[in-house]
Amino acid sequence: MKRPRKKKHIMWIENLPPFVLFFIAALAAAFLGNRARTVLLFVPLWGAANLYFTSGNSGGVTYQVAGVLLDLYHADKLSLLFGYLFHLAAFLALLYAWHVKDRVQQVAGMLYAGSALGAVFAGDFITLFIFWELLALTSAFLIWARRTRSAVQAANRYLIIQVLSGVLLLTGVILLSQQQQSLQVEYIGLSGTASWLLFLAFGIKCAFPLLHSWLTDAYPQATPTGTVFLSAFTTKVAVYALARTFPGEELLIYIGAVMTCFPIFYAVIENDLRKVLAYSLINQLGFMVCGIGIGTALALNGAVAHAFNDVIFKGLLFMTMGAVLTRVGHVKGSDLGGLYKSMPKTTAFCLIGAASISAFPLFSGFVSKSMVMAAMLETGHDYLWLMLLFASAGVFHHAGIKIPYFAFFAHDSGLKVPEAHTNMLLAMGLAAAVCVTVGCFPSLLYALLPWEQTYRPYDLTHVLTQLQLLFFSALAFVWLNKQGLYPPELRSVNLDVDYLYRRSLPRTAKLVRLYCGNIFHAGVSKAKKNLRRLPSLEDTNSVEATHLTRRMAFLFVVLVIMTALAKLA
Amino acid sequence: MIRSQKDSSKGFFDHPENITRLLRGFYVLCIVLVAMDFFVHRHIYTELEKIPAFYAIFGFLACVLLVLLAKVLRIFLMRSEQYYQDQDDETAPKEKAHHVD
Repeated sequence: MKRPRKKKHIMWIENLPPFVLFFIAALAAAFLGNRARTVLLFVPLWGAANLYFTSGNSGGVTYQVAGVLLDLYHADKLSLLFGYLFHLAAFLALLYAWHVKDRVQQVAGMLYAGSALGAVFAGDFITLFIFWELLALTSAFLIWARRTRSAVQAANRYLIIQVLSGVLLLTGVILLSQQQQSLQVEYIGLSGTASWLLFLAFGIKCAFPLLHSWLTDAYPQATPTGTVFLSAFTTKVAVYALARTFPGEELLIYIGAVMTCFPIFYAVIENDLRKVLAYSLINQLGFMVCGIGIGTALALNGAVAHAFNDVIFKGLLFMTMGAVLTRVGHVKGSDLGGLYKSMPKTTAFCLIGAASISAFPLFSGFVSKSMVMAAMLETGHDYLWLMLLFASAGVFHHAGIKIPYFAFFAHDSGLKVPEAHTNMLLAMGLAAAVCVTVGCFPSLLYALLPWEQTYRPYDLTHVLTQLQLLFFSALAFVWLNKQGLYPPELRSVNLDVDYLYRRSLPRTAKLVRLYCGNIFHAGVSKAKKNLRRLPSLEDTNSVEATHLTRRMAFLFVVLVIMTALAKLA
Repeated sequence: MIRSQKDSSKGFFDHPENITRLLRGFYVLCIVLVAMDFFVHRHIYTELEKIPAFYAIFGFLACVLLVLLAKVLRIFLMRSEQYYQDQDDETAPKEKAHHVD
């Protein structure tokens, strides 16, 4: 009896903060390079198993640094759910990127996944801030690694906004600490400046409306494999942070509802299919933010369950588009089509991802999105529920139909390319399997959910109404296409909030610089002209006269001051 | 990285009759789904759901509205593909671009 126990003890390490393993692996990858890439695959596998077997006895790992006690490992059901999810996402992304022989991406990917794990297991805000900033920095390398000028510039913009989010978080935390409030990552609620700063910091990373443009600007610019990493971690860490600190905050319901609706309009007219998915990501985040805002057990469970599913199906869709990008060299809807012939497996996986995000029965989106929708109705938000229903139809339209249709079907573009790499297909297959498994056996996911609930997704009403919604959305697509009303895919960009800092702000700065420069030069030339009018100092008589005048003026001032002082005395 | 060439082989969707067949099947399914609305007792949570085939009507109208509004948005939002790049060219130093994988 003793032997297996001893063996178990050697295999698993208690109280090991999950990020440590990823950081060590990143260090190994930095030195070993491509030789380590197969070993890297085992890191998330062992990490997840270690988390599963030891999390019950782990936690409370602290580290003292310069008078601050960092709580590095705080495990409860909420952080564990995200912990398992991030291990799974890291494994899928590493498998997908296995063929890439780029040390920068391997190291950045490991550090990025590790930072996400560090953030969700952070017990206090200082630790959260450290990993929050590490997330920003490490993920930027996955965009820089594309090494095109537009990618480098997009990564620079991305990093500035992400670091701004971190600065807001730090300012909020400093204010909290000055108010002698607890720095534990727990419920805060919107009251006072500090909480608003934290809310804004989380809001930037969660792509709230008007704060979202970093996502749609940078994600389509990352490497084909880098976007798969990016789509999994940053925004979901923000969802986790909101779920922990602002559950039941009513403002979030309205923000979430707007997030579900406005991106779908952009998604319909966007030509870059990875950018369509980036807009779709904001749309899905909207459902999660709504769930957090409602704050009931069902809604919160729905929000985190949807976060879990979104990582997998959105990752799968980004994988399929990454495969197209790798093989064809671009993902412009206007120049694709007919790829089902040369990439049949990728097409099949894309259809499974599309069915999942559209919440078809038996696919993963169906069992989680409906929880938020049901909670919306239960709490009496009928109009907002209609917005979510509109967004549900819309998401099927752009992510469920548009992505597979324009990439793999539509008109035959005549492109003949090889099928995706085997490791890419394996990763896509695995993600597709998870989508179908969760969709068919939702209890597997529900068992991991942090709050008590008894929701049953499969009943006749729900299945029928959902199928009606989806089929008639598809019918609208068919009808619009037949009538020639569907907007064609055009080579273009659409103005979004990033217009402000990419176009408007630089132009304004240029104008201000020009205007100030003109004033300065006009002033200088005028001063020079006036100087020329002054009597020349070379003339001795004038010098004497000037000195005399200056002395008299000085004497006059002194006399005035003395008179004033005498009067006061 | 671009390894593409013209392909002449015909696929399933290159035959119009296949598409017609698929669409017919799809229309039949749509009709069946609406018909079921009159036979299945739905749980009702809001007044709106009492409208017969509410979800079907809503799904169709929502998507038509979405697409038509998005088309109008194009008038205001759409710019040429080089819109931001033209400006970048003015400010940024030129560098050689290449793909990694």
